[in-house]
Amino acid sequence: MILQASRLAKSFGATQALRGAGLTIDAGEIVAVMGPSGSGKSTLLHCLSGILQPDGGTVTYRGVDLGGLSDRDRSALRRDDFGFVFQFGQLVPELTCLENVALPLRLGGTGRRTAEATATVWLERLEVEEAGRQQPGDVSGGQAQRVAIARALIHDPAIIFADEPTGALDTLQGEKVMQLLSSTVRGSGAALVLVTHEPRVAAYSDREVIVRDGRTADAANAA
Amino acid sequence: MYSGVMSVSRTLLGLLEVGPSHGYDLKRAHDELFRSERPLAYGQVYATLARLLRNGLVDVEGTEAGEGPERKRYAITDAGVTDVAAWLSTPENPQEYLHNTLYTKVVLALMSHRDAGQILDAQRAVHLESMREFNRRKQSGDLADQLICDHALFHLEADLKWLETTAGRLAELGQRVGR
Repeated sequence: MILQASRLAKSFGATQALRGAGLTIDAGEIVAVMGPSGSGKSTLLHCLSGILQPDGGTVTYRGVDLGGLSDRDRSALRRDDFGFVFQFGQLVPELTCLENVALPLRLGGTGRRTAEATATVWLERLEVEEAGRQQPGDVSGGQAQRVAIARALIHDPAIIFADEPTGALDTLQGEKVMQLLSSTVRGSGAALVLVTHEPRVAAYSDREVIVRDGRTADAANAA
Repeated sequence: MYSGVMSVSRTLLGLLEVGPSHGYDLKRAHDELFRSERPLAYGQVYATLARLLRNGLVDVEGTEAGEGPERKRYAITDAGVTDVAAWLSTPENPQEYLHNTLYTKVVLALMSHRDAGQILDAQRAVHLESMREFNRRKQSGDLADQLICDHALFHLEADLKWLETTAGRLAELGQRVGR
């Protein structure tokens, strides 16, 4: 097990988004987090990945309680060990797609030439090398998502967190993105936590965890 | 196929419109082109051809003697071509699934104070597993496999959308059915 969450609670004002959610993720597995809109699945993803601090409960990554880390250490963990793919709007608009993909390596101290050479390999792997010199605003939604996946994977993270990664794409584009995301993640050995309300997207996972009213229903792994 | 019955006799007739053929070759062409879950049995092919012959939709064009049994070569007749044309141009009835077994189970579970949500959860797991299976088949298959699997996947997805809608309205349904 690489990540474990138990009894997570999180409220926004009077709204209880999470009330006792828990799950475990093993290294290398793809887990779909499903549930209706407003069920708390995105909040769960944000708590699992250290973007949000839960009000109650624990998230443990490789034996380390995220709640016990300083903000700085938690940021470093997110940068070094995690990768993120969101629905849209995640690329830096002023940078080229190549520079966007190279960004995690640059932030980790890798020199520009090496980082961009590695980024080129990842763009080729995601079949979107032609977008490298363009800015995110000049490429299609499907291309932008592939660039985002390349950026999420370039620093060899242990876990990728993806929140509705095909939500803004049509069926064919979404399909292509999911094929590339699942195959590259499996090839890299990373785990993937995939928030989606789309059954066809969830079908790329190894198993699903259902979130309803802020609680998880995962008979095998509820913690 | 996910929904219903495909007419084997119409399909074989359609293949014969492409050119005369033997029962053995027709079976092979059918299984190769349409990738049905269960390959056609030879007995079914020959029984179907005999019926088409009786109805004047095919003729026996020739008989070849070989080492095994005699091989008849079948050709489509004008009446056969008319029949295929009429079948192809008639839209299929949409399958509406109004009498859904799962809906019946959900209502009965609510009426008997069982956990209807659990029934839906179990069904979701089975549906998703089936979708994963089609996904795997699709990824290792050619375009024909991909399109055939897509048909199944879209139907399973529709079932799951219904399932989620129902899961979100169980309390309301429970009140309606007197729980």
